[in-house]
Amino acid sequence: MTDPAAPPEESVTTAAPAEEAVTAAAAVAGTSTTLDVVAANPLRDPRDKRLPRVAGPCVMVLFGVTGDLAKRKLLPAIYDLGNRGLLPPGFSLVGFARRDWKDQDFAQLTHDAVKAHARTPFREEVWKQLLEGIHFVPGEFSDDGAFDALAMALAEIDQTRGTGGNYAFYLSVPPKFFPLVVEQLKRTGLADAPEGSWRRVVIEKPFGHNLQSAHELNEITTSAFPESSIFRIDHYLGKETVQNIMALRFANNLYEPIWNRGFVDHVQITMAEDIGIGGRAGYYDGIGAARDVIQNHLLQLLALVAMEDPTSFDAQALRREKEKVLKAVQLPANLGLNTARGQYSAGWQGGEKVVGYLEEEGISRESITETYAAIKLEIANRRWAGVPFYLRTGKRLGRRVTEVAVVFQRAPHLPFSKDDVEILGQNALVIRVQPDEGITVRFGSKVPGTAMEVRDVSMDFAYGESFLESSPEAYERLLLDVMIGDPPLFPHQREVELSWKILDPIEEFWATQGQPEPYESGSWGPESANAMMARDGRVWRRL
Amino acid sequence: MTTFMLSDTTAGKISAQFTHLRHQMGAPAIGMVLTLVVVCEERHQYDALRAASEAAREHPSRIIVVINREVEEPIRLDAELRIGESTPGEVVVLRLYGELTQHADSVVSPLLLPDTPVVAWWPGKAPDVPSKDAIGALAQRRITDARGFDDGGVTSLVTRAKGYARGDTDLAWARLTPWRSLLAAAFDQPVGKVYEGVVEASSGNPSAPLLAAWLSERLGVHIEVLESPGPGITTVRLKLDGGELSVVRTDARLATLSRPGQPDRNVALARRHTSELMAEELRRLDSDEIYEAAVKRFARTYKG
Repeated sequence: MTDPAAPPEESVTTAAPAEEAVTAAAAVAGTSTTLDVVAANPLRDPRDKRLPRVAGPCVMVLFGVTGDLAKRKLLPAIYDLGNRGLLPPGFSLVGFARRDWKDQDFAQLTHDAVKAHARTPFREEVWKQLLEGIHFVPGEFSDDGAFDALAMALAEIDQTRGTGGNYAFYLSVPPKFFPLVVEQLKRTGLADAPEGSWRRVVIEKPFGHNLQSAHELNEITTSAFPESSIFRIDHYLGKETVQNIMALRFANNLYEPIWNRGFVDHVQITMAEDIGIGGRAGYYDGIGAARDVIQNHLLQLLALVAMEDPTSFDAQALRREKEKVLKAVQLPANLGLNTARGQYSAGWQGGEKVVGYLEEEGISRESITETYAAIKLEIANRRWAGVPFYLRTGKRLGRRVTEVAVVFQRAPHLPFSKDDVEILGQNALVIRVQPDEGITVRFGSKVPGTAMEVRDVSMDFAYGESFLESSPEAYERLLLDVMIGDPPLFPHQREVELSWKILDPIEEFWATQGQPEPYESGSWGPESANAMMARDGRVWRRL
Repeated sequence: MTTFMLSDTTAGKISAQFTHLRHQMGAPAIGMVLTLVVVCEERHQYDALRAASEAAREHPSRIIVVINREVEEPIRLDAELRIGESTPGEVVVLRLYGELTQHADSVVSPLLLPDTPVVAWWPGKAPDVPSKDAIGALAQRRITDARGFDDGGVTSLVTRAKGYARGDTDLAWARLTPWRSLLAAAFDQPVGKVYEGVVEASSGNPSAPLLAAWLSERLGVHIEVLESPGPGITTVRLKLDGGELSVVRTDARLATLSRPGQPDRNVALARRHTSELMAEELRRLDSDEIYEAAVKRFARTYKG
C-alpha cells in the first residue's frame, strides 16, 4: 500500500486557500480507503457485519469505453455496484476514447449498456446518482492535448465532486496501447499520487504473450506506477465458485486429509467453450488457446487447488502460497507425448453447421494457431509428487463448461466379485465453476436389486443455483476491490511471470510442430489428446 | 409448481407427502441451508410468504408458515404444501385450530430440516420474550418486526430490549442498513469531533430511535429524534466543528450528503422490500451485538 495515513485533522481546517486546489481537495477528502482510517471510524465495528465495504470517494477513468468489455461487463458492473449501495458518494466515471463526443453521448452509451446488461433492475435514482458523475474526454492516445484536458477535467471533478484526487485508470485497450497511455499518465503527472490520495491502474489480460513480453509490459507499467498500485484483472478469480475453492479446502476438515498424493490419482482442469473465435480473429490468431486461457485462468485454478494453506487471506500470504506452488510446477520431459493441440474444423456444433478455424473471417488459410490445448503438469512437492495435473481448453467443443475435477484413487481392495464392480469408476470431487456453479461428488453406490452391483452415482451441491439472481458478477467484486485497494484476488507480476515460465517451453516446442491436429467442431478435441491420457491409463472426463 | 392440500392431518403425514412430492418431481433436491418458520396471522400470510420465498432464492430453505386460527373450534391441523419452480426449496402453510394453537411447536418441530439452522420470523405481533416462546425456542435466530405492531412500534422496541436474548433481531434494524452504511462511509473520511445530532422521521417510525441510539452509542453524544412529514427517515444531522454533516432524503429514494468544505452529493438510498431485508437477515445467523447495544440504549433512554 502506498497510501499514506490520512492527514491530521488540523490540516482540514488550516488548508490555506492559496494552496493548490488539488492538494486542498485531497486534504479534505483524505484517504478514505486506507484500512487504518477505516479502523479509526467510530461508526465501524468488526462485529457489525451488516455494513458492507464501501469504496471511498474516487474517479474511475475508463480507456476504451466503446469496447465490448466496457459495454457488456464494466459499465453494467459499475451500475450494479451503485444499485447495491457500494459506490461512494461523489463517485465519478470518466470515459476516454477517440470519439467526437460530449458527456451526454457517453452517458447515453452507459445508459444503453446498463439497460441491456445490468444484473440488477434499473432504478431511476441509482442512474441519477451515476449520471451526475459521468464525464467524457475525447482524444487520441498520442494526443498530448487530450491528456492535458483529462488532467484538467479530473482536477475539476475533485473540486465539484469531492473525489480527493483518488483515481483508478482502467486500461480496457489492446496491450499495444499500454506504453502510450502509461507514458501520457506519467507525463501529465496523473500517475503520481499527491500526499493523501491514491492512483491505481487496472490492466486486463493478456499480460504479454511470453515471459519476455510480460516482463517488458511490466517494465512499462512499473515505470509509472508502483507494483502495489497495479491491479491485474483475471475475472475468474472474482467468481464466487473460485473463491469457494478456498472455503471448501480451508474451512473444512473433511477434505484436507485426502487432498494429497496418498489419495488423489490425478486432477483435471477444463475450460471448454462451445463458441468459435467470433469477432476476435485479430487478437486470437497467433495467440492460441494456451496463451489465451491456460496461462492465466487454468494455472490460477491449479494454484488455488494445489497450494498449501495460506497463513491468512491477505494478499501477501495468499500470493506467496500461489507462487510457491507455481514454482514447483514441472513440465514433462517429453513434450510431444504429454501435450496435445488441435484446431477446429468445420462440423456441427449443437445443431448448427459451423465453419472451421481456417475458414473463419480474418484467419490465414495456413494459420498454425491452436484452438485446443491440453498439457500434463506435475507439481514437485511432498503433497503432490507423482500426481499429474491435466489442463485442457478449447473452442468449439461439445458444450460450455469450466470445472476442476479431483479424481481419487481406486479403493485398494474391493471385497466384491469382479463382475459386480465392473462399471464402478473412481471417486471424484468436481468443482463446477461455470455454468451451473456448484460441487459434485461422485461415488459408488449399490444398484437396487438382489445382486450386490455397485455403480457410480453423483451427489450435487448447487448453492450456486440459488445465487443465480443475486450472485454478484465477478467484475463487480473486482472493481470494488480496486476502489477499496484490496489486492488478494489480483495476480501479482511474479505469478504472471511464473506462469509464462511454465508455458514458454511448450509454446516453443509447438512452434516447431507445424499444423495442429484438426478436430471436428462439436467434438471433445483431437485424438492426440485422448491418446495422451490413454498412455497414462486414464481418460478425460466426459463433460 | 405443485400445490397439495392436506386436511385434518399430522406432521408425519406432511413429511411423508413432502418425500412423495419430491420423488414425483424427479428429486429436485437442492441443498437447503435452513428452515424458516413464519408465525403470522392469516392477513399477513400472502405478503410474508412472498417475501420469504424471494429471500429463499438466495438461501434455499424449507419455509414453514404457522397460522393460528380459531381457538374455539375443534382441534384440527390443515396443511398446504408447495414445491416447485417458483419456490426454491419447499413451503408448507400450516393452519392450526382449537387447543392445537397452544402447541404449534409439536407440529413444527418434526418438520424442521435436520442439523441446519432454524430461523423464526414474526411479521406481525411477536411474543414479549421471543426466545422463551415455544417456537422461538426452536430457533437460533428470531426476527421480529416493530412495524408489525402498527402504532405500538416504538414501544415494542422497549419490550424487545427487555426480552432480548442472543439471536434476536428486528426488521426495524435491518431497514437501517443503507442509512448506517452511508453514514459509515461518510465517516471513513475523518470528520473530527461530533457535538450533537438529530434524526428526523415520520411519526411513530420505530427505525428512527434505533438509528439515533446507534449513533449516540457509537459517537458518545446525544442524538435527538424529531418528527417530520416522512416518508420514513428523512434526515440525519450531526454538528461538527465548522459546520454540519447531513444526509437528507425527502422522496424515499435519493439522498443528499452534505459536509463542511465539500460539494453536496446525491446518493441513491431507496427503501427496501421485506424480501431484501429477510435476505440480509439470513446472510448472517450469528447474534447481532450492535443491534443489542442499540436497542438496549434506546430502552434505557426511552420516556414513553
